[in-house]
Amino acid sequence: MTDRRTPLARARGLGSAKEGVHHWWAQRLTAIALIPLVVWFAISLVMLSGADYQVVRAWIASPLVMVMLILTIGIGLHHGQLGLQVVWEDYTEGAFRVVMIVLTKFLAVLFGLGAIIAILRIGFGG
Amino acid sequence: MSVANRPVHRPLSPHLQVYRPQLTSVLSILHRATGVALAVGALYLALWVICATSPRAYVTFQSFNTSLLGRFVLGGWLFSAFYHLCNGIRHLFWDAGYGFELKDAYRSGWIVVGVSLVATIVSWIVGLRLI
Repeated sequence: MTDRRTPLARARGLGSAKEGVHHWWAQRLTAIALIPLVVWFAISLVMLSGADYQVVRAWIASPLVMVMLILTIGIGLHHGQLGLQVVWEDYTEGAFRVVMIVLTKFLAVLFGLGAIIAILRIGFGG
Repeated sequence: MSVANRPVHRPLSPHLQVYRPQLTSVLSILHRATGVALAVGALYLALWVICATSPRAYVTFQSFNTSLLGRFVLGGWLFSAFYHLCNGIRHLFWDAGYGFELKDAYRSGWIVVGVSLVATIVSWIVGLRLI
């Protein structure tokens, strides 16, 4: 195939690093996983309307809910940060873009880890 | 300045506001908007679980949820979740190569609008009755 890039573009070497395909697939796989998880979580959230602290705590502590909640929060945050990365890439540029993408990823990991530890603590009685 | 370095002035697409809104474009924009809202909502969900470790923190957290603004946020979260879920499934079909005909894109678009609105209203009614 003919390389249609300018000599400068070729010298800079900025092109596909094959990361895009992985990003695309990760977004789709997490999307498929989130279909049952979001349906389950939305129903649970509605059913917990008006529930007091003890009820919510007991709900989180049941083993099935622990697994489902960790999956929902973990996969949800991962899917969310993949999507937000694209949003930053579309509307911002330069250093600001890089800072916001890094910040988004850091926040997702921070809140995800915090939530998982909280769920385990509630479930195993810390 | 070398030829390669000179900025290229390619024709730009006209601004969005010159277009009449169409179902397909409005739903596309709404997909991104609800996606951003849900990403922030995921942080909020994580915060909810973290607050559930302490009764004091939970009371503070719940006092916002039960306020008018809190109800609006949670109700909005439900709509965003149902809409992004339904339209996301529509996107997955497109990714698999189905439903690209204009007629099909409009039909699936209206189905997404209908299902997400019904799911939202049902969840609001059930939720408000339980409070």
